[in-house]
Amino acid sequence: MIKDILKEVEELDAAITAARDAALAADPADELMGNEHTAPDLEAMEARRDQLLNSCTELTAADRVFLARHQGRPRIDEYIDVLFTDFFEQRGDRQCREDPSILGGIARYKGLPVTVIGHRKGSNTEENLRYNFGMPGPEGYRKALRLMKQAEKFGRPIITFIDTPGAYPGKEAEERGQGEAIARNLAEMSGLTVPVISIVTGEGSSGGALGLGVANRILMLENAVYSVLSPEGFASILWKDSSRSGEACDIMKLTAHDLQQDGIVEEVIPEPLGGAQRDHKALFTALDAALERHLTQLCKLGGKALAEQRYKKYRQIGL
Amino acid sequence: MDVGKIFAVGSRERMFQLKARRDAGLDSPRWQPPHYFTCKKCERRATRQTWAGTLYVCPNCGHHQPIGGYYRLSMVLDHGSFKELDADVQGENVLDFPGYDEKLDAQRAKTGLSDAVVTATGKVGGVPVVAAVLDSRFFMGSMGTAVGEKITRAVEFAAKKELPLIIFSASGGARMQEGIFSLMQMAKTSAAIQRFQAKGGLYISYLTHPTTGGVTASFASLGDITLAEPDALIGFAGPRVIEQTIGQKLPKGFQHAEYLLDHGFVDQVVPRGEMKATLTRILKLHTQGRKHGA
Repeated sequence: MIKDILKEVEELDAAITAARDAALAADPADELMGNEHTAPDLEAMEARRDQLLNSCTELTAADRVFLARHQGRPRIDEYIDVLFTDFFEQRGDRQCREDPSILGGIARYKGLPVTVIGHRKGSNTEENLRYNFGMPGPEGYRKALRLMKQAEKFGRPIITFIDTPGAYPGKEAEERGQGEAIARNLAEMSGLTVPVISIVTGEGSSGGALGLGVANRILMLENAVYSVLSPEGFASILWKDSSRSGEACDIMKLTAHDLQQDGIVEEVIPEPLGGAQRDHKALFTALDAALERHLTQLCKLGGKALAEQRYKKYRQIGL
Repeated sequence: MDVGKIFAVGSRERMFQLKARRDAGLDSPRWQPPHYFTCKKCERRATRQTWAGTLYVCPNCGHHQPIGGYYRLSMVLDHGSFKELDADVQGENVLDFPGYDEKLDAQRAKTGLSDAVVTATGKVGGVPVVAAVLDSRFFMGSMGTAVGEKITRAVEFAAKKELPLIIFSASGGARMQEGIFSLMQMAKTSAAIQRFQAKGGLYISYLTHPTTGGVTASFASLGDITLAEPDALIGFAGPRVIEQTIGQKLPKGFQHAEYLLDHGFVDQVVPRGEMKATLTRILKLHTQGRKHGA
């Protein structure tokens, strides 16, 4: 299991750093005296860590679900910080309230003004609670739609980041039309006359993910997952037993490579060994290159052609 | 009895009426001992004949029982106008889900349906329409690739022929056994509806018990006109999931048709007995008379 491997790797990381610090801080006099006991230790630890990481090339679907939910994965704020400049946040759905579990606004991508929208989960418990663990209500989807229609008006490409356990199943969410809000987004997004690129960065579960994901191109990080429902929900509906989620992962074909094979995802973005949380920078470089390539291709198409291409992409999924 | 009803029926209509009678539980040609059906709400028991006489609305408490696809179409479409679309489209085991093939076969044998939706053309009060009915007896009316494809084809057909579209929804949501493909049908059907409406098409969404999950979050919520059957459960998340999430009991009537009416998501709640008359009125308001600027 990746969980145990990562635990050991993290312990080794800590030990290696500590050993290095100790070596740096060590009294030069010690070395003159021939005390080199830390050096071989360090090499052995590094070798062991690399060996562990190299065993991460063949991950199971359940491993990827674990990584997709890892608290250390880059979040929407970081993607915006690194990939875009001049981000201007826009808030509120203009009808009812501001839903912080979706972050959106205008930014520049390599100079080009774009609209960026994504699920916001937060990176610690306090933030998780504030952003409702990335589970939007209808107001979040309506805000997203407002921003997308505005992007269409001003001719800005739209880039969405998907990372949600699903739309929030709450009382108020239902009363304000969770289903209607998602349905409206699906319908309206399908007809947009500007390029839409969706990037599945973590877990993409159910209609809550799709509500930001009707795109010309879908990119997916190597260890992200995208499915009709969370594996736990899937197992509890089909087998009345959510503890069989591991089994569900294997059946659901929810990994990036599965989805690419099925023609749903256009490109899989490679992650560093052991997951994106280990090296954000390497991930951003790979994602940046892919995003630029797809955006350049799409920007050559006219509005009608973009809507047509998007319609066809979804029209041919299934039978 | 209307003489026309005996002589003017082709074999297509005869087959349709047989299927509708089968859905209503009245399919045996010979005499049988009375076959009883019990109201799911008040537990009132009556013969199938009695239930068919009230369109499966409980004579005691007024509860609307779920009904089969052909039976509902037989209530709505003018006699002799039914013509089924894409009857041959069937679901497949796209994920190689263990045991799904056998289950599909069993559901087909039990219901006589190819999948959870029947799509057709016909006339309602003389107005030609395209109609689709989800059937909750088949995998809870869940939307997999077959339902998504048939709905999309029906919408595209309505767009091409410039006909009004009526969809009767009854569904537990996306079909789990077809995984991500089921999820993508939400985008596919919604996109088709969007195109149809952008061209000026009229879409009447008729929500029946139960309409939940991925169907609520796609075509069922996109009607130009949205009607609902009394007491129907309509929502995105199921009530049990919500109660578990918020740790509270939900108010009485939560997510029922009347509750949605109060919260602004349904135009009117229409009892089954008035279904055809209501649809006819709406259709005529859209198809007859002068248009502004015409």
